[in-house]
Amino acid sequence: MRAVISVIGKDRVGIIAGVSKILVDTNVNILDISQTIMQEIFTMVMLVDISRANTPFTTLSDDLKELGNTLGLSIQIQHEDIFNSMHRI
Amino acid sequence: MLSPFEVIETIKMIQEENLDIRTITMGISLRDCCSSDGKVARVKIYDKITRLACNLVRVGEEIAQEYGIPIINKRIAVTPISLVAESCDEERYVQFAQALDRSAEAVGVNFIGGFTALVHKGYTGGDRRLIDSIPEALSATRKVCASVNVATTKAGINMDAVREMGSVVKETARLTAAEGGLGCCKLVVFANVPEDNPFMAGAFHGVGEPECVINVGVSGPGVVKSALERVKGADFGTVSETIKKTAFKITRMGQLVAQEASRRLNVPFGIVDLSLAPTPAIGDSVALILEEMGLEQCGAPGTTAALALLNDAVKKGGTMASSYVGGLSGAFIPVSEDAGMIAAATSGALTIEKLEAMTSVCSVGLDMIVVPGSTSASTIAAIIADEAAIGMINNKTTAVRIIPAPGKKVGDLVEFGGLLGSGPVMRVNEYNCEEFIRRGGRIPAPIQSMRN
Repeated sequence: MRAVISVIGKDRVGIIAGVSKILVDTNVNILDISQTIMQEIFTMVMLVDISRANTPFTTLSDDLKELGNTLGLSIQIQHEDIFNSMHRI
Repeated sequence: MLSPFEVIETIKMIQEENLDIRTITMGISLRDCCSSDGKVARVKIYDKITRLACNLVRVGEEIAQEYGIPIINKRIAVTPISLVAESCDEERYVQFAQALDRSAEAVGVNFIGGFTALVHKGYTGGDRRLIDSIPEALSATRKVCASVNVATTKAGINMDAVREMGSVVKETARLTAAEGGLGCCKLVVFANVPEDNPFMAGAFHGVGEPECVINVGVSGPGVVKSALERVKGADFGTVSETIKKTAFKITRMGQLVAQEASRRLNVPFGIVDLSLAPTPAIGDSVALILEEMGLEQCGAPGTTAALALLNDAVKKGGTMASSYVGGLSGAFIPVSEDAGMIAAATSGALTIEKLEAMTSVCSVGLDMIVVPGSTSASTIAAIIADEAAIGMINNKTTAVRIIPAPGKKVGDLVEFGGLLGSGPVMRVNEYNCEEFIRRGGRIPAPIQSMRN
């Protein structure tokens, strides 16, 4: 199963490092990363493979959310299909 | 790879514009629960509902978490209880409503629909007993919703049932007077009722439906409103295109969630209902969409045209996004559940007569309208008759969910809480219609019914 991690907020040192650390610890593979500044807001979108993750989805989701709180950003993980169904036919 | 723009657009719709899945509704057939012994029938009903729906809430929550989209309600619709209870010899069906209430409580859903009778052409014994039991059933339960279909295009209008429903609405209000007539929020009188509607209070599981089915209702007035803000001043062709594209995206969410819920629960997927359902939350209003088109306040001249365009564009965009569309599918205009409608009714811009006109071009009908407690049963019946006539002649669903709030008068505000919101008491035309309602009988099916 593939999921999208989105990071939205003010740019700062250590965002990718923080997210990657959680992903390494949970055995989640990063497939693609893209980032951009939209209306002065830093946004990063990461496509990951969670089929071999060693932790339940909810734990991963909570961990990322908590990291977001620490860094003052919004970090969310969602199943890839929600975006595909809305933006791809 | 998805672009960050696309990802952010979806997240923004959910977080800022209140996009959500309004309801996952499991339809359950209770046709195999009949018994000559009411107690046995109720045990069968409880057992079947709790067996089939035991995972509904958990699965809904899992999907919401994994996809990051809120699923507001998990609900159940069952076979009309008038059919299920009819073979038992009890005179009152209140205990059946209580059995439904207990089942709903046990599986954790917030509403269960199907305390229903279909009497558009006439009553059976079971229909009569069910309708007689509605006021008490709605006051004795928390989660049970009742509906009665009094007209169809094919059958005409059963004016005896219309007259009786006027009194049933009044009595329901009386028995729940302490809560502003809350029982009436759970009672809908229909014309041309759909059998697969996932929305409450009018949901039930029709006789042509399978054993068990998953129907999904989407929402998202806020998303449509935001999209229209981006095309300020553009012509109506652009407005319509913008709504269509937005409705497409919203409905794709519904389709995805419906398929996923169906797969995880191992229950067939029925339909997605393409309705724009408002909530009292700021920015989640159908009235504000109409105002965004250039009306000072909902109810102003032009409102019916604006709503017609909105309703049509939502259907056009939505129908391409889902493999099966059904239910009510259109824009809802429940007054007490829509911040913009509440404001318009309070200021006097929106009247019951204007709402009646609006119901001829959108989904459902006079919905969540609070009227003075002194409104007579015959006036309520006549309002029901007018709505049923619009439905019958135009081959569409119409409904009346009206609350004659005991002791309240025009200008008061009645608080129902939660999604039901709060309704300003609206003025009703007070000219007498007693004699009209007393006639009874049936209004014959219109010429439009002869399609063969």
